[in-house]
Formats: sequence, structure tokens, C-alpha cells
Amino acid sequence: MKVTIDGIEIDVPKGTTILQAARMIGPEVAPPAMCYYTKLKTSGGYCRTCIVKVTQGSTANPNPMPKPVASCRTEVMDGMVVQNVTSPDLLEARKGVVEFLLINHPLDCPVCDQAGECKLQDLGYEHGSAKTRYEFKRREYEMIDIGDKIKLHMTRCILCYRCVKVCDQITDNRVHGVVHRGDASEISTYIAKAIDNDFSGNVIDVCPVGALTDKTFRFKQRVWFTKPVDAHRKCDKCSGKTRVWLKGEEVVRVTSRMDQWNEAEEFICNSCRYDHKRTSDWVIEGPTKISRHSVISQNHYEHLNELKLQVLKQQKALGFMPLDKRP
Amino acid sequence: MGRKLLIHNDKVPGIATLDVYRAHGGYASVEKALKTMTPDQVTDEVKKSGLRGRGGAGFPTGLKWSFLAKPEGVPRYLVCNADESEPGTFKDRYLMEVIPHALIEGMITSSYALGAKVSYIYIRGEYFYVARIVENAIKEAYAAGWLGKNILGTNFSHDCYVQVGGGAYICGEETGLLESLEGKRGNPRIKPPFPAVAGLWGCPTVVNNVETIAAVVPIVNDGGEAYAKIGIGKSTGTKLISASGHINKPGTYEIELGIPVEEFIYSEEYCGGIRNGKKMKAVVAGGSSVPILPTELILKTAKGEPRLMTYESLADGGFQTGTMLGSGGFIVMDEDTSIVKNLFTFTRFYHHESCGQCSPCREGTGWMEKILKKFLNGTANESDVELLWDIQSKIEGKTICPLGEAAAWPVAAAIRHFKQEFLDIAKSKKFVDVSHYNRLNKITA
Repeated sequence: MKVTIDGIEIDVPKGTTILQAARMIGPEVAPPAMCYYTKLKTSGGYCRTCIVKVTQGSTANPNPMPKPVASCRTEVMDGMVVQNVTSPDLLEARKGVVEFLLINHPLDCPVCDQAGECKLQDLGYEHGSAKTRYEFKRREYEMIDIGDKIKLHMTRCILCYRCVKVCDQITDNRVHGVVHRGDASEISTYIAKAIDNDFSGNVIDVCPVGALTDKTFRFKQRVWFTKPVDAHRKCDKCSGKTRVWLKGEEVVRVTSRMDQWNEAEEFICNSCRYDHKRTSDWVIEGPTKISRHSVISQNHYEHLNELKLQVLKQQKALGFMPLDKRP
Repeated sequence: MGRKLLIHNDKVPGIATLDVYRAHGGYASVEKALKTMTPDQVTDEVKKSGLRGRGGAGFPTGLKWSFLAKPEGVPRYLVCNADESEPGTFKDRYLMEVIPHALIEGMITSSYALGAKVSYIYIRGEYFYVARIVENAIKEAYAAGWLGKNILGTNFSHDCYVQVGGGAYICGEETGLLESLEGKRGNPRIKPPFPAVAGLWGCPTVVNNVETIAAVVPIVNDGGEAYAKIGIGKSTGTKLISASGHINKPGTYEIELGIPVEEFIYSEEYCGGIRNGKKMKAVVAGGSSVPILPTELILKTAKGEPRLMTYESLADGGFQTGTMLGSGGFIVMDEDTSIVKNLFTFTRFYHHESCGQCSPCREGTGWMEKILKKFLNGTANESDVELLWDIQSKIEGKTICPLGEAAAWPVAAAIRHFKQEFLDIAKSKKFVDVSHYNRLNKITA
């Protein structure tokens, strides 16, 4: 099936969503996604940040779709034409969605463990306003412990439902879900019960904000002072392939390996995540490749040459003359 | 007098019982359909009748039925949406309360057309006493052989169940209803797939409003063409209107689609004019979510033609100068009504009822309510009017289900037609009539 996104045509198999097609083209046209998660069934459609404008439904039915659609849950049709970053209206609409996500967010980034790798932070930076128009008291909740390893900070939650899907799809009983309604909705386990499952720690990895954090890592270190490396160990519960975050020689935390879209490549077990905090527990494969746009890459020097080239390229594009070449 | 097809027998004593209902020609459509017609013929009659969904959206019923997927070996369901929660709408309650057998008869006939062996009537929690009436009627129908195995000796068997909801507005949205019926949280589903393909328990399902299903009875009895002769253009048949507000005779009325709005409001047969000799200020024509219209626009369209009670005429001029027939919740407001206060009440409702799944509705409805509260407190600024407008425009069309629009449209329409009222409050920093609001506040506090 042929689909055109922001003027770029791509051939995709039937059943591909617009978001997936856009990701195949590349990050320039891929809409942001806060709730969609490739590995979680029925995820997506909630946050509305990935909305796109469909200016032509398909070759068979060339009419535009009347409303912006959630690209993560809309499958492409043959001959579909989609506008994302090329439509100013759409960007304005997305700005509105981001504003809605932020009006009740505490913006406590300076003391939030997610800062530096928070998707809401990135989203706010890219699509948010400099000044809030919301003048009322923001929503607040008490912090809850979900077991002894996970802290739920509901005040920061954007109700993406990812953690609900993780628990739904990996636990036998429904013990983790949403209680209450509307803007009083709350992620909760069945009356502050711990999720008793070897894979429960993955709710931390899927959380796009700082609502679910690892208690063994909380307030230990800012992420940009840590150095992620890909590592593995022999594990009988999961693949054992993880990302180990080092501070000097110390393992400060263990997470699953995230791909380009900040989604876990493979979910890891709690034993790997919490119980193996010595460097000797792991076989280190090498440094994780981190986008140079990330604050975490401040700690990485292996991309320096690449960085230099990029700077030169940009200077060239802007018509800069290097100092030594100037007349 | 206009013709009545649904509630013509509503004043007959004992019409809620099977015997009286049967004596007045009840269950004739079941006999006719099961004995003389094939399921497709029933669907064809409904298509011919031009019947449109009476729940609010006005989607052609015959077309909806024809979309129903019919894979072999998979059960199909008919679900009756009796979760009538749109503020200002109480027609389904009246119908179920007074003539419950009309609904059950419609359920059997419609299920026969759709090939559904099981159907559900999902009634909102606040209507628990109505649910009892309907359950009693179902019991009677089972005893008389209208429900159960081999109805009328044919090989059509059918079971009908009543399910009482928890009392959430969102469960009136068809996929939210299905989730609730399955015993889950009533969060609307992301479409596609539509219920016609994957509805209740993943099986093909048709969800219809109470009045729509009841209207199938006269359509089968008299034929689709006879039904289509009533009304104008694509608005055929009769419609139940719940009239409320500052009128002399509030209540549920059955009208022939196509009568002028002016006649409906002022004639003795229907609303009987504005009470206490006041002047009319505005009308919400189809339940709280449709745009409010000032007197001059509800009586006449922007082109100067008289506005009629039809889907098309009420929508004439788009949302700039028009509105929608919606669910038929006809709310009339007199000259003393504060549009701002009314809007606050509506917005407060949508904030309370938002399911919280998608961000624009979850956050936006609460934000709008807070701003409107500022108006009632007399602390609003003129810039707040612009802000409200901007927020509603950012909710509309960005949500999973139509609740977002339902919350955004009333705000947009109130500002579009009554902006001065907002500005006056903002300028004078004073909102006079607060008694009603204070009472509300006490309840919510």
C-alpha cells in the first residue's frame, strides 16, 4: 500500500498504522506518541498527541477525513495522503493537546527522576507554550508504594494506560487499573496491593513520565550523570539483555533496552532489574548509542567525531566560513 | 392533531400489562414479521421507511442494520441503548414506563430481522424503577410465549435481558455501553472496528436507541412506505420530543417531523407557550450537547424561512446559525435566564461525566468549568471569553468519542450567540443571580 506522509511516499504492508509508516520514513515526520507502545496490545489512542491530518482517505475514496485522527490506531489505506509537520493547523491542534497534558502536571522536573529522559519534557519543549494559561490549583495526589520497589507518583501521571496494559497482559488477575473517572482518574492497584509478578518492574520502563519510578534508583543520581551501557547476564526468567546505567564503576540502575522510539526491545524480569547491582553481575557489551540531542549523551564522547562533522555540515549550510579559511 | 405511532395508547389504563397491550393491537408486528416475512424483508421495510437513529446522531437505521457483519457460526446481538442520560431528554423513560411492551415488541421484531438470538436492554442506573417495569413486561412476554424458544411455533427463538448500568453518561456512547455491558469500565472503544463488525464480546452487534426500536413496530405493521409518507424529505416518521424549561406544558410529545418550531413551542397541543407571559430567549433543541440558539434563529433560519422540526431544517446554516435535532431534548429558556449560568451547569455536567481516557476531554472539560465558575463568582476577565473559545476549539474533534464535542459545542454556541453576556459580567465584575449556583455548590462541596 502506498501512503504519502508530509509529501514523502512509502510502500507499506496492509495493516500498518499511519504512525508505523511515519516511523519507517524517519523521525522527522514521525508524530510523537505518549501512550502507544508497539509491544502492548490495544495501547494507543488515548493521549492524542499523535494526531495527524488525513487530506485524502484513499485512492478509492479521495475525501479528506473530517477530523484529525490518532495515527497510532488508524491503519493506512492505499493512496492515503497524510499531513503531519507540514500542516500548521495540525501543529496548533497538537499544541492544544500538549497544553491539556501539562495543565495539571506539577512541572516538578528539577526534583523528578525522569528528568532528562522524560517524553513529556521533550513534548513540552517541542510543542508547548512558554507560559501557562492555566491559573487554577493543579491536581495533587498522595504518593503510593506499589510494592517495595515501585513508587507511584500519580500527580505526574498523564493516564497513558501503558502500565495498565503491561499488567493486563502479563499478570493473571486484574490487580492494576484505573479507578475513578474523568480528571479524577487514578492509576491504582487493587487497594494499594503490590503487583506480584516477576515482570512488574516493566511498568517503570513504559511510563513516559515520572509517575512510576524505580525505588532502588530514586534520588540516587540525575540520569545525565550516568552512563548507559548494553549488558547481559544469564537469566532463566528473561533474555537477560538489559541496559545498565553506570556511575563510575557503580551500577545505579538496570532498565530494558530502549529503541529509537523509547520502547523496550524486550521486557526484563525484576531479578535483573533490582537484584543485580554489581558490575561483576554483568557482561558489558559496550556503550549504548544515545541520540546526541539527549542530555544523556553529554556523558558520551564516542560520537564526538560524528558531532564535529554535523557541526561543519550545519555551518556550511548556513554559509559559515571556518576561521582558518577566512580571508 | 398530528399522527401518533408510538405513544398513541399512553392514556389507556393498564397499557403496561400484556393483556391490555395485546387488546390494542400489540405484538401484531411480531406475528406479521415471523409468519409472513423474511428477515431481509423486515430490514428492507426499515430501509424504505427512512427511519433515522433517535438517540441523537440521526444515522439511518436500515443502513446501520445492513452494515451488520454476518459471519457463519458467530452470534449476533441487538443491544437497546436505554441509557438515556442526555440532559433535557426523558422520552425513552416515558415510553418504557408507560408502554414497556412497545419496546419489547420492537426488540423481538428487530432481532428477527438481524438474526439475533439474544438481545440486551441496557438501562441507566438511575432508571432502576423503569428497569423493574421492563423486567416485569419481559416476564409477561415469556409467559405468553412471545419470548423464549420457537416463538409462535416458528423456528425463531429469542431471549431478552435487562442490564442496569451504574449511572454514567459515557455508557450512553455505544462502545462505552458495550464495555459496561461486558462488565468492564465504561470507556468508549477506539473505532474502527465498529460494533457492526466487532461489538459485544467481539461479535457483530447493533446498538439502537429505545425509540428507534419501538418505531420498528409501526414500520412493520403499516409498511415502510406508509411511515416514510409522514415527515419531510429525509426526516420521516414521528419523533418523541422531551420538552422542558420555561414553558407552560413541559412533557413528552410525539410530533410528526416537519411541524414548525414555532407551532411546537406556542400551540396548545404541545408546549403551550412561554410560562408567566414571558418572552423566549433561547432554545436548546436536541439535548444539552447541541448548540443553543437565540429566539430569532430558532424560529427562523438565517435565510428567513420558518424553521421546522426536522433533522435538516434545524441543522440549516451549520453551527454558525443552526443546531441539531439530536435526541429531542427540547429546552426552552425565557428572558430571565442567564446563559452563562446555564452553560456552567452544562459544562459542570460534562466535566463530571468525562471518562478520562483521552487528554483533551479529561483536562479540557474541567478547565472550562473552572473558568465558567469565575464568571459566576464575578472574577472573570474579558480575556477569559477568548480563552474559553480557544479551549473548546482544541477539544472539538480531537477525542475518541463524541463526548468531547458534546462538551465543546454548547460553549462555542453560547459564546457565538451570547458573547455580550459574558463580556458584561467580565466588565462589571458582578454576577447577580447566584441562588441556584449556591445551591449547586453546596451539593458538590
